[in-house]
Amino acid sequence: MKNRNPIWDFFASVKLALFTLFFLSTTSIIGTIIPQKETAQRYIERYGEATANLFQILSITPNMYGSAWFLSLLGLLCLNLIVCSLDRFPGVWRQIKTDNLNTPLSRLEKMDPQCRWQLDNPPESTASALKIFLKTSGWKAEERKLDNAYLLFAQKGAMTRTGVYIVHTSILVIFAGAIIGSILGFKGSVMLPETKATDKAYAFGTNSPINLGFEVRCNRFNVEFYDNGMPKSYRSQLTILENGKVVKEKAIVVNDPLSYKGFTFYQSSFEAYQDFLITITNKNTGLSETVITSYKQQSSSEKNGLRFGIINAEARGQSVSRMKVWLTDDKGEPSLFWLDDGEQATVERAQNNFTVSAKQMYATGLQVAKDPGVWTVYTGCGLMILGLVVAFFMSHQRIWLYIREETDGKSSILMTGNANKNKAGFEKTFQTLTQTIKKT
Amino acid sequence: MNSSQLIGITTFTYLFSTILYAALFIFKTRRLGPVATIFTIIAFMIQTAGIGLRWLESYQMGMGRAPLTNMYESVVFFAWAIILIYMIIEWKFKTRIIGAFAVPFAFLAMAYASFASGITKEIVPLIPALQSNWLIAHVVTCFIGYAAFAVAAGLGIMYLIKNTSETRQATSSDTTLLGSLPPLKVLDDITHKTMVFGFLWLSIGIITGAIWANSAWGTYWSWDPKETWSLITWFIYAITLHARYTRGWGGTRIAWLAIFGFISVIFTYYGVNFLLAGLHSYGSSN
Ligand code: HEM
Repeated sequence: MKNRNPIWDFFASVKLALFTLFFLSTTSIIGTIIPQKETAQRYIERYGEATANLFQILSITPNMYGSAWFLSLLGLLCLNLIVCSLDRFPGVWRQIKTDNLNTPLSRLEKMDPQCRWQLDNPPESTASALKIFLKTSGWKAEERKLDNAYLLFAQKGAMTRTGVYIVHTSILVIFAGAIIGSILGFKGSVMLPETKATDKAYAFGTNSPINLGFEVRCNRFNVEFYDNGMPKSYRSQLTILENGKVVKEKAIVVNDPLSYKGFTFYQSSFEAYQDFLITITNKNTGLSETVITSYKQQSSSEKNGLRFGIINAEARGQSVSRMKVWLTDDKGEPSLFWLDDGEQATVERAQNNFTVSAKQMYATGLQVAKDPGVWTVYTGCGLMILGLVVAFFMSHQRIWLYIREETDGKSSILMTGNANKNKAGFEKTFQTLTQTIKKT
Repeated sequence: MNSSQLIGITTFTYLFSTILYAALFIFKTRRLGPVATIFTIIAFMIQTAGIGLRWLESYQMGMGRAPLTNMYESVVFFAWAIILIYMIIEWKFKTRIIGAFAVPFAFLAMAYASFASGITKEIVPLIPALQSNWLIAHVVTCFIGYAAFAVAAGLGIMYLIKNTSETRQATSSDTTLLGSLPPLKVLDDITHKTMVFGFLWLSIGIITGAIWANSAWGTYWSWDPKETWSLITWFIYAITLHARYTRGWGGTRIAWLAIFGFISVIFTYYGVNFLLAGLHSYGSSN
């Protein structure tokens, strides 16, 4: 407490912390009432020209939480935390590292709880016996010989005094992670039709493209429904390609993304097309071809010498459940048959047999994120929980035994101790300890 | 017997528990104490069975999922957690009168779940965004926190009632109605401990929610109204802890903050969904 610089004191004060937290809470409310990240036009429609202007001047719209004044408040909180911790931590560290065997008798005598009794043995053997006893009870004691007395000291959880500082540091770590993410990160999306690949994603807000440095291809997209019609799963089978070579494959669903080279692809939406993907395989030659065809349009498979089309379809909402395929090799009557979406069937023609599968064509909507700060944020979160548990539920407990030689060679014992938290709990521990000591 | 019936019964058993604890408080018939406790434990077990059965039923319906994913289920869990936390306090601090101020919250939550219009009790399957273990962890941890804050608010109310009556009459003799309440110092201490407990769980709840959001959308924090309100609530309790630890606040001020904090909890939980509706995408399902 040597540093009495008023500016330092201001930033170290808990009053400032209370003020900042209060101000952050109240101003945060504004952004929950006034919708964020809408277009200027929407704000004018909603609030009128004058009010919308005012909001913009005050940076309440379009992005209050990213505005200079809001970020400054968060910065002030960080500064406050740093200065406050620098101010206090050295004292706490001294308390942790202090030589407790140097505690003067006058202080021990004033401590509460305490307990006194006498033993017939001389102090030296008493001290070593007590030391062994403490050890068996889980307290590792240190010993020091004083003039005609011995002092024993044992402690538990000295480091738990740092709990509060772990919590405070964790907040700074989380902010650091957020800053890393906002500087080096990328948030965007891409709409990717089945069978197509892209090496770009488009940033939110600005829509500017960013190069991924590799290609991502959507091989297939499916929607599944529950019996009551609610969506059950959205699934995209993705392939990562580098220089045209497959390097990674994964089927992603919501809550289970694919990561590659720092970019993560999240299933977020989809678009249903009125086109179909038809895959035809010649069973005799093994030749296979996938063709995109539009509804009620004729297409052909050159490899297999076939013409075909989808001439009818049944849909549930936007999703086709069944479709009717027309197919001919111009040798005899055309084949006509129904197929469930994604199913395959065998078609027997005069010379060749084919397997035909058909599905509606979709584009998968992928959210693309790159956030190198996430693991820093998670580390901060872990530290916070650890620190809270330590700060709230653990305490630094200390006990001293002062063993003095009486004139008749006997020893008298003063046992005392303290805890920085949960004093009631400590008193109980202390009492059981003294009771068992006296018994043995 | 199906889960809705069991959970429905709990609404009335918690009402009866409330009446028992209130009678204990008002008439000070000590013999009623164990009755209230045992009855509440039975009600709690019925509710536990109801929640368990609902889980089982979802499996029988072929969509197995934890019963924690919509408004109805979360309110039921909220009531369950309030009773659990209250029971722990009753057992640890050996006092029953607090029940008269804590159990009513569980009853009100159940009554709301059972009778409010616009709350569906049907077991519906989960849309893709909600199919995540992080969501389950998020709901459980948040609601344990919320339940602790509810109990803390009940304690705060007790504190204020007792405090005003003591200052008015300057006698705290056991003959007055409020004489049976625990001493102010004890109430203050339990309120604080309950808030500390809630703060830890709310912190874990916010963190698990962020992890869930990141696994679903690639953004752990997007300042949507629900997230922001949970942070506001968290700030309020952080302010309370600091005011107490470093500025020595206690008593009435902390009691008010406990009540105020809980109002913020209610708003985070309920207000955001219904008053700020339409602003974000998953509020109605959470
Ligand atoms: C959101 C931000 C913050 C959180 C979550 C937080 C959390 C905590 C927690 C959990 C404790 C321990 C309380 C206990 O032991 O029961 C604590 C204590 C404390 N905090 Fe913070 N804190 C925050 C911000 C700040 C700031 C900005 C300051 C700056 C002055 C500050 C100063 C202190 C002090 C001085 C203590 C008491 C330390 C002691 O007992 O030795 N806190 N904080």
